[in-house]
Amino acid sequence: MKKIAFSFQNLSFTHANGKEALSNISISASAGEAIAIIGSSGSGKTSFLNLVATALRPSRGSITVLNVDPWAISKGRLQRLRSQLGLVHQAAPIPPRQRVITAVLAGRLGQWPLWKSVLSLIYPVDIAGPQACLQKLDLADRLFDRCDRLSGGQLQRVGVARVLYQKPNLLLADEPVSAMDPVLSDLTIQVLLEDAQTRNACFVASLHAVDIALRWFPRIIGLKDGEVFFDLPASEVSESLLQQLYAAERGVIPTQGSIN
Amino acid sequence: MTVIRGITHRRDPAALQRFLITSIALAILWPMMELAQFDVFALFEDRKLNVFINFLGQFFPPDLQRSFLLLVIKATLETLAMATAGITLAMLIAIPLGLIITYSLSISRIGPASGHWLAKLGRYCARMLMLLLRGIPEIVWALLLVRVFGLGPIAGVLAIGITYGGMLAKVYSEILETGNTLPAKALLISGSGRVNAFLYGLLPGTAQELASYTVYRWECAVRASVVMGFVGAGGLGQLMDQSMKMLNGGEVSTILIMFLLLVLLADYISLVIRRQLA
Repeated sequence: MKKIAFSFQNLSFTHANGKEALSNISISASAGEAIAIIGSSGSGKTSFLNLVATALRPSRGSITVLNVDPWAISKGRLQRLRSQLGLVHQAAPIPPRQRVITAVLAGRLGQWPLWKSVLSLIYPVDIAGPQACLQKLDLADRLFDRCDRLSGGQLQRVGVARVLYQKPNLLLADEPVSAMDPVLSDLTIQVLLEDAQTRNACFVASLHAVDIALRWFPRIIGLKDGEVFFDLPASEVSESLLQQLYAAERGVIPTQGSIN
Repeated sequence: MTVIRGITHRRDPAALQRFLITSIALAILWPMMELAQFDVFALFEDRKLNVFINFLGQFFPPDLQRSFLLLVIKATLETLAMATAGITLAMLIAIPLGLIITYSLSISRIGPASGHWLAKLGRYCARMLMLLLRGIPEIVWALLLVRVFGLGPIAGVLAIGITYGGMLAKVYSEILETGNTLPAKALLISGSGRVNAFLYGLLPGTAQELASYTVYRWECAVRASVVMGFVGAGGLGQLMDQSMKMLNGGEVSTILIMFLLLVLLADYISLVIRRQLA
């Protein structure tokens, strides 16, 4: 039997303002799997990922992440669990004045003892590690630059490099390539897939561009109005299914380079 | 009269509200001025003006005798040491307090709820402590501490440390709350602790403001240490107290010039630090 990476049982999530983002979702994913989540904006993709990342707590139903219920364990254990979950944010949450190397090193803060992270502010404790991560993303030459000198796409890749450096057991990405051109998008997705595969980690990415999802991911989950519209192997996702999924956008299927 | 899509606007709809607020502000301000015996014209009455001018006249020329200058320099160093030691102590108090009460660094905010009331209680106690520290003026602390430690700078250092510790903690946490808190939140979600989230998520964006406020407080501490000199805490204040009592205007003006130079120095240090961190 395959190891379960995460699972939802009848999970619903309602925002503080009363708007229901996800309703009654039951789904599970195993280690080593690569899943793309697609759907029009507002369909609940970000909430889905934040729930898996334990950044949000389900309103109803239950969730299991890496074989534990994150909301039933102690604060200390939850913190250790969180250090095993890597989330690539759509807008890289990196202070503009921070240097690239520091931003990448921050990926391991959950695993390091405090003295090490303090020491690292004085002199980077690891230079080769971040450099290798950036190298894969074709950004090694910007290692010691400040993040406010980077373009949007470059900053997004720094965010990806941070999670690569973290080496999480569950790799999550919220529209990780939204600010990149097609060539870099493909490269970045490939790097993430390869990284997850070599460590047998589960990789879940929400994607705006349907063609990237279908090209790289074996399993596709289509979200529509907070519900799972379909959960199929990529080969079984048909054109008409996609048109129904994007009915709110008059059936126009978003692809790479198309305007959101 | 402007007409937009059939709606007629004869006047600014916010005008009445603004007029009312201004009237209320004036109505509150007027009795306060009376209470504070604020009377600008009193300054220009003949007799009072003469007293004032005579008093100012004594200030010229400044006393620049070598022996007195040496005294001033020694007292300046003492004042600087007092202010610097006081601010250092204040920072030691303020940094942990500020980090405790900063809501954006709260792990319990993103869950789990366990221990939530404890965290709340801790934050409440920290707030009360801050209030106590900064609510009592430094001069009162100094008067108390002079009784305990006797005449000398130590009372001043502690008084500055205590009061300014409370003030710095309050402003530190406010600066940290108003900065971009998303980086810190992202770090907390990936399992990093509170201190790390501060160092890697909040500090880079706020260091400049934190530093410049701290230097400004140092400048205030220099002035405060002078006031505390009057109650026997040493430094320039004590020297000034003596000169004032001997009605030696020249000496007083030399000391005042020294103050201005110190404030100028603080300004310059602040500028250099801001440039470094920009």
